[in-house]
Amino acid sequence: MTASSLPAAGASRAPVGRLRRFWDSSVGKKVVMAVTGLGGIGFVVAHMAGNLQMFVPGTPAQAMHEYALGLRKLGPLLWVARAGLVVMVVLHATAALQLIARNRAARPVPYSRRVGQVSTLGAKTMRAGGILLALFVVFHILDMTLGVGHPQFVHLDPYNNLRLGFQRWWAVLFYVVAVIFLGLHLFHGAWASWRTLGLRRASDRPLHRNIAIALALFVTLGFLAVPVAAALGIFEPQTVVMDAAHTPEAAQ
Amino acid sequence: MNLTLKVWRQAGPGAPGAFAEYQARDISPDMSFLEMLDVVNEDLTAKGEMPIAFDHDCREGICGMCGLMINGSAHGPMKATTTCQLHMRSFRSGETITIEPWRASAFPVLRDLCVDRSSFDRIIQAGGYVSVQTGNAVDGNALPVPKPDADAAMDAAACIGCGACVAACPNGSASLFTAAKVSHLGHLPQGQPERYRRALKMVAQMDLETFGGCTLFGECQEACPKDISIDTIARMNRDYMQASAFEPGENRKSGGAG
Repeated sequence: MTASSLPAAGASRAPVGRLRRFWDSSVGKKVVMAVTGLGGIGFVVAHMAGNLQMFVPGTPAQAMHEYALGLRKLGPLLWVARAGLVVMVVLHATAALQLIARNRAARPVPYSRRVGQVSTLGAKTMRAGGILLALFVVFHILDMTLGVGHPQFVHLDPYNNLRLGFQRWWAVLFYVVAVIFLGLHLFHGAWASWRTLGLRRASDRPLHRNIAIALALFVTLGFLAVPVAAALGIFEPQTVVMDAAHTPEAAQ
Repeated sequence: MNLTLKVWRQAGPGAPGAFAEYQARDISPDMSFLEMLDVVNEDLTAKGEMPIAFDHDCREGICGMCGLMINGSAHGPMKATTTCQLHMRSFRSGETITIEPWRASAFPVLRDLCVDRSSFDRIIQAGGYVSVQTGNAVDGNALPVPKPDADAAMDAAACIGCGACVAACPNGSASLFTAAKVSHLGHLPQGQPERYRRALKMVAQMDLETFGGCTLFGECQEACPKDISIDTIARMNRDYMQASAFEPGENRKSGGAG
């Protein structure tokens, strides 16, 4: 018997191509999750940088408007970016769900007691947090991009949309909880992705863990700033001078 | 020392199992955990009951046969220690100790605390070997190995295949075991010819055996009686990625003039 045709509990192996083989393996799926996860971190950091324009001194409403307008002016590129994000999310979530199913099947009889020694809160909340974040993203796009369910949504006026949106206490609460889970998800994800991709060399100094902690804190605090400031009533009502071609009426 | 043991008893593979309570009396703190179980088994035998089945062989921490989930930790509370090297002084008199077998679908329970770990053997068979030429034995130092590589290979080679990594992993993943074997051979010049195929084949076999995936909780590294680092997993993944890109899929005709 050759080593390549070893039997395992009733399994059969059909001939497969390279890509299929990669995707079918647990390591391949983790690599896909790591790459899409790191892409997600890039998106999240850019998104946060956009949010922080709420704090531009003097004319934050205009700054936010121009930022939103700048994204619209990308035209087809905006749709390319959106499609890329959707593909990343779908790949990330599909791999995650398939791996969760495998992990569940790997231990059909649970321990009466298993004591975690080093598992971080971030690692332990990857699954629940991931599901919460997926629900949050749906809510967030409906609420702040499409204006569904928003009390007073005006297209291309993100400053006032945020200001008014965060006058609902439950929305602030949901955003705060989601952002905390995002920070935890990002902490474990950033650290683990690096190792999954084999980029971590053996070292006694856990440098990447510190980078992951710093990144997670930076993103968490950056995202918390807007809903918390809005809840505290820091944002004054401001009117925006709309570009004529992009008034709410023109956008309909 | 007097202890109360909560031990998993199971008559055979697939049979229903349950915890049973036993009293371990007059235990010396200098006994190993397995010697304590020997004492309990003597009592059970004298009473005409079936003794508790557990795996063991060398009892000096190098064979990899023993392995029990003790109070929720693989190999018990001491770090870098196999169950046979764990001594009763790590426990308090009067304590209740819960003893379970490794739990994984790839490690079916044979009886009581014994599990079938032949899935590990099949992972080794799939690629945990090097090709050697027949003929005269090569001179010992003919093949230079850089010291850091030799050290890294030796660290990974310390794996005794006990299965504590799988047992401790929340996902029931065998990544640390497989990665230790991939790293051990892949660090050495003798392991280079099969290096990338090895990563592909061993990972494929690991998945076939229904082990879970790696989430990098780090529990395996804590449970490992040989202190094997999860850095080996990063190395296995790196080899696996390179192999995926450059090694042909199975539907390719294998080349060669033979």
